[in-house]
Amino acid sequence: MHDLHDFEDVKIPIGPQHPALKEPESFLISLRGEKITASSVRLGYNHRGIEKACEERTYTQGLYLIERICGICSHSHSTCFVQAVEEIAGIEVTARAKYLRTLIGELERIHSHLLWLGVAGHEIGFDTLLMYTWRDREVVMDLLAALTGNRVNYGINTVGGVRRDISHKQKEEVLKAIDILEERTKYYIDLAKGETTLIKRLQGVGVLSHEDAEKLDAVGPTARASGIERDVRKDDPYAAYGELDFKVISVNSCDVYGRTLVRLGELMESFSLVRQIIHKIPDGPILIKSSRKIPVGEAVSRYEAPRGEDLHYVRANGTEKPDRVKVRAPTLANIQSVSKMLEDRYLADMPIVIAAIDPCFSCTDRLIAVRDAKNKEKNTVVWETIRLKGIEWYKNKGIDFTSLNEKLTKLF
Amino acid sequence: MSEEKIKQELEDNFSYLKDAVTIKRKGRIFAQVPLDKFNAVFIYAVKQMRFLALSAITGLDRGDGFEVIYHLNREGRVLLNLSVRLNKENPEVNSVTAYCPSADIYERELMDLFGIKVNGLAAGHRYPLTDDWPKGEYPLRKDWKGTSGKTPGLKGVAGVSFPDKEAQNA
Repeated sequence: MHDLHDFEDVKIPIGPQHPALKEPESFLISLRGEKITASSVRLGYNHRGIEKACEERTYTQGLYLIERICGICSHSHSTCFVQAVEEIAGIEVTARAKYLRTLIGELERIHSHLLWLGVAGHEIGFDTLLMYTWRDREVVMDLLAALTGNRVNYGINTVGGVRRDISHKQKEEVLKAIDILEERTKYYIDLAKGETTLIKRLQGVGVLSHEDAEKLDAVGPTARASGIERDVRKDDPYAAYGELDFKVISVNSCDVYGRTLVRLGELMESFSLVRQIIHKIPDGPILIKSSRKIPVGEAVSRYEAPRGEDLHYVRANGTEKPDRVKVRAPTLANIQSVSKMLEDRYLADMPIVIAAIDPCFSCTDRLIAVRDAKNKEKNTVVWETIRLKGIEWYKNKGIDFTSLNEKLTKLF
Repeated sequence: MSEEKIKQELEDNFSYLKDAVTIKRKGRIFAQVPLDKFNAVFIYAVKQMRFLALSAITGLDRGDGFEVIYHLNREGRVLLNLSVRLNKENPEVNSVTAYCPSADIYERELMDLFGIKVNGLAAGHRYPLTDDWPKGEYPLRKDWKGTSGKTPGLKGVAGVSFPDKEAQNA
């Protein structure tokens, strides 16, 4: 019989396109048996030259481009950028606009964390969790669509404030939706704390010690699960966070299980924040008119995105276009700790370890323009039609969820 | 420690920083550091003043030269932005990875997008441009207007390998 050490390490490339990865990035891992002995990451497959493009566009155009950096935390990037521009221009945004930005930011966090929980479930073969959380996520997606007109890329920010106000009826809808989501999240917390398979699969996986997390400058839930109690909302308050009451969730388990608990805890904090915003939001204008030209100056803006600290640096040269826009998204700060998490771990843990830092990937559009090939007629298909078509398609296949849906509606 | 105290401490220890440190607002300190003194100030800020976390490194093209800004933070609260100016002909900085390991990716960004040489950076994959990106093309330089014609059919990234077996990208 051969001793394990008789064999050379096997090198396996994973990516840039790979079923276990949700976005293009390339890993090369060296394996001895089932264990990873070394790993190497190559990034840059998604480089689209947005920073350069911003220099050739006005601040308003740049804002919409910046919003498209990420398909999930789009509001994080646009708020971070617009805050920097407003700081340079000396614009003090109204209190109502600040509250509205915070409201959309927290709803975005809820949708992002629910999405992550589903992906995490999927990566460990717990697809029921994916189905449940993504169904619940629709509640907050519909809410975002009702408030801003879009499921992602909300386009609510503009230099000097926000572009849409919230009505009394919408406030009630938000509170109603938050009640449903809180109920569901409590169920997931019970599940995460009691379901043995889930705990056993996630505990001790993807370990990032407190010291390593500090040394590698990890951010967001990745850092907070390694006992680093750091949150831009608390440490360097922006928008309305200085006036709101919330806790920074952190645990000391340093593993994927900890990252799950942190995100679940943050969901509960987000529900409380949304309720506070709805009750406290002051009356007043939502937008201050500002000049298209931004005076000479520089500013660094920070924002606690669902994945961690987002940092934008903007330098203005007195014209309508910025001189330099620098974006440091949270994933770039966290990807450097992935190699550490993989060290001396099993190959089978790799998908969940990578997913646990919650790297960004894109969401779908809500509106599709369809041109009929025969009569060239243009139709606009709305989300509801797609949903109904989906239900119909399954019914034709003999799968009917009608009675199950009725049961669930009764539950809430 | 308040922002005023940080400014005072920097000015007391480094006489050349007098009038070079500005407090823009709460939690935002900007300091302009001469190139030959940069290492001393950076190490002091990290080791003595405990600005242990590096949030990012920003490169800038000023037209007549380059500027590199190191965004350091202390416990996530105060941002100290140390900026250093480089000449246009031969832009060079020393790597800070020995003090902040996370600087690695940001320094590679400086190399790829500005063509700034980073001394002492370990071998590794380039970031973020493709492996067959033409030499001498630095997209974030102000005089760069695209590679039209020079890059017919970039094949992209050749592959991934372990850093020790790869020559340093310059």
